[in-house]
Amino acid sequence: MPRVLINVPKQAKKGEAIDIKVLISHPMESGQRHDDSGQVIPRKIINKFVCAWNGEEVMSAELFPAIAANPFLSFTAIATESGTISMTWVDDDGAVQTELVPIMVT
Amino acid sequence: MTALRLPRRQFLAVAAGTALLAPVPAFATETEVASLIKQLVGGSPLRQGRVKLDIPLLVENGNAVPIAIAVDGPDKVASLHVFAERNPLPHVVTVTFGPRAGPCRVATRMRLATSQTVIAVASMADGSFWSDSLDLIVTLAACVE
Repeated sequence: MPRVLINVPKQAKKGEAIDIKVLISHPMESGQRHDDSGQVIPRKIINKFVCAWNGEEVMSAELFPAIAANPFLSFTAIATESGTISMTWVDDDGAVQTELVPIMVT
Repeated sequence: MTALRLPRRQFLAVAAGTALLAPVPAFATETEVASLIKQLVGGSPLRQGRVKLDIPLLVENGNAVPIAIAVDGPDKVASLHVFAERNPLPHVVTVTFGPRAGPCRVATRMRLATSQTVIAVASMADGSFWSDSLDLIVTLAACVE
């Protein structure tokens, strides 16, 4: 499972916009490169990323091979109530990984 | 084998034809990107403004180019699309915003194969489309070989 760094404030005021930053360790092999023998190195990237707040969607992203290795994403969400922020992504090989981050809204 | 046997002249013609078809263009073209954007926008006008692209104009390393996109104003943004005109695959990212999304500020890191124009298109919830583009110089290209 890829290692991941997630940066979300521990608490936020109700109605405030918070920044969410995610860094996933992943080679994002573009499928455009060749190995020494001239064979195309098969594509293997994270192609889908979804973030939800207590199950309600914040954003979803479709990623293409032009996204750099170790994909970084930063976006905002409106703090509405305490709960869990979930982040899920799908690899080309079908692997799905979900990370959960608790947040306190006052 | 017999089924595949062709007269020499025909064989040469077929071989020459496939040789002409074989080279795959290494880079996308401006017209390809224009048609991708056309597909996205449909019949609506694509206006300049409201979207703000932020990328260093002189890119030292095309393997990881920081890009930030912001859309001004209180109107809700439905989705955001980024295209790099001269990458082998021009589509970079599409972000769709849900009901919990905050102000439209998105950042990521992308690959750039060569010096080129990067275009961001915002699709607003009211059905209008806005865009911004930047011409960049890339000194070290992302590896495509």
